[in-house]
Amino acid sequence: MDEADRRIVAATQDGLPLVPRPYHAVAAAAGLTPEEVMARMHRLLAEGAIRRIGAVPNHYALGYRFNGMAVWEVAEERVDALGARIAALGLSSHCYRRPRHPPDWPYNLFTMVHGRTREEALHWVETIAVVLGEAVRAREVLFSSRILKKTGLRLVG
Amino acid sequence: MVPLDETDRRLLDDFQRDLPLEPRPYAAMARELGLEEAEVIARLAALQDCGAISRIGAVVRPNTAGRSTLAAMAVPADRLEEVGALVAALPEVNHCYEREHRLNLWFVVTAAGAVGVAAALARAAAATGLPVLDLPLEAEYRIDLGFPLRWT
Repeated sequence: MDEADRRIVAATQDGLPLVPRPYHAVAAAAGLTPEEVMARMHRLLAEGAIRRIGAVPNHYALGYRFNGMAVWEVAEERVDALGARIAALGLSSHCYRRPRHPPDWPYNLFTMVHGRTREEALHWVETIAVVLGEAVRAREVLFSSRILKKTGLRLVG
Repeated sequence: MVPLDETDRRLLDDFQRDLPLEPRPYAAMARELGLEEAEVIARLAALQDCGAISRIGAVVRPNTAGRSTLAAMAVPADRLEEVGALVAALPEVNHCYEREHRLNLWFVVTAAGAVGVAAALARAAAATGLPVLDLPLEAEYRIDLGFPLRWT
């Protein structure tokens, strides 16, 4: 991303304005022409730097009150293949590899599941567990109990 | 839970991605849904006001426009309010929540670069006197189709 790309991201991080010509508003904020904003966003989408442009749903408000972060300890040499398989199931909104900190935190594969009930969320966890099979050495599900702060992407400094 | 009608659901199902990149994107959505541009804008505004959608916007790949990490702390129960408030107040913290675990306070730190992320984690530790577990993203696995919402 170059400097102009970053200005576009900064101008859209609170969301696109709900006016008939939102990219014109972004252009004015970023000091670019609307054509340049749209062309750059096209390129960032094609390159994958922008994942998608659209309505970002709030799972909690839509009734998905149970957010479970299921964490798994799997062998390092298998985590990438298994992570790709889990992502392809489409059951989790996020699937990440993160560093292990044994012994207290041995988990290297993170999957986020959402349910309208705790049982529904746990059902998705069990489905994932079946796919992971005997590769799992340890696992836990951490449900979120309270959101203290949530804002869009913010870049500071 | 927010009550949504059929048109709201279509707006959410069909436009979690692929908001048209053209001068009047809401007019293009309206054409697909058989609505007027003004109604699409009004419905999106209502969905945003009631919290069903957090925004209409671009979802940026992590660590592209800046650097971020996921961090966790094990906070004694009687300090959870105080520590949660201290951590949430850091400007680099854009998401902070409690989870049911010994590691009960989780937060996402985002800054322009790795130095800013490390400084924010150090401030969280210094302000609370508690160790911070740093769990940066090492790999992300996804086929990004948005999250499928099941309406029934």
